[in-house]
Amino acid sequence: MTTPLANYLILASLLFGIGLAGALARRNAVLVLIGLELMLNAANLNFIAFWRFSPHPEMLTGQMFVLFSIAIAAAEVAVGLALVIAIYRHRRTAQLDRFDSLKG
Amino acid sequence: MLNEIVFLLCAAVTLVGAVAAMMLRNLVHCALCAAGAFAGLAAIYLQLDAEFVGFAQVLIYVGAIAILIVFAVLLTRGGDVQPSAATTSPSWWVGLPVAALVVASLIGSIMASPRLLRLPTPNVHAPVKQIGEQLMNQFVMPLETVGLLLTAALLGAVVIGLREPRKTESNAP
Repeated sequence: MTTPLANYLILASLLFGIGLAGALARRNAVLVLIGLELMLNAANLNFIAFWRFSPHPEMLTGQMFVLFSIAIAAAEVAVGLALVIAIYRHRRTAQLDRFDSLKG
Repeated sequence: MLNEIVFLLCAAVTLVGAVAAMMLRNLVHCALCAAGAFAGLAAIYLQLDAEFVGFAQVLIYVGAIAILIVFAVLLTRGGDVQPSAATTSPSWWVGLPVAALVVASLIGSIMASPRLLRLPTPNVHAPVKQIGEQLMNQFVMPLETVGLLLTAALLGAVVIGLREPRKTESNAP
């Protein structure tokens, strides 16, 4: 095992950047949710990498945090997609710039 | 050496999948590429000796969340590609520099820190038995709370997704 910790952190920050760019630039609500998931996964990768490289990996705290984070991401995506489908039923579109009822 | 090759392969799969998921026009292709990126991340978790989290990632992300996303794409007719329609939001030119700035500052600070070049702790084992014991002892309150949260979230998703009852005939003009 020779890959240093910095490589994992750089991969995680690239993944975070891709997710952030997608969430900010795409028009479709489902794709924005996929971008959010990519950002969450980048954070999880950081937790696992820091756990693996920590001086006390037998504590397992990094893995525990990631397990809870994955469970919360699952709840978030279920509610988010239900919201997208409910809005689609009203507006007949999933494009974010068309959801402008509250715009002043 | 072998370890580095495995890491580079998994990282390439993850990054290419993520970029394709954010760039492609057809939303079904986007969902499948996102599933590929999640699978690459699961491989990286396995390479980092976190077997339980790696398999949980495969089960939850590649299995459940990817399927949920495909269902949402199909229910909102995201698979119908109109070649003329724009896929980016009108303010995409703000979002891309913001993302580039975030990545540049993160990578700059990672590169500037010499402590992050350290090598991993040797001989790490994370047996499932130990994870289960920790979940049942030290982390039992968070575990129960997550169970409650998941129940509430799934009930909420069903309630939000329910078709609204039709208006009664007497209200119709």
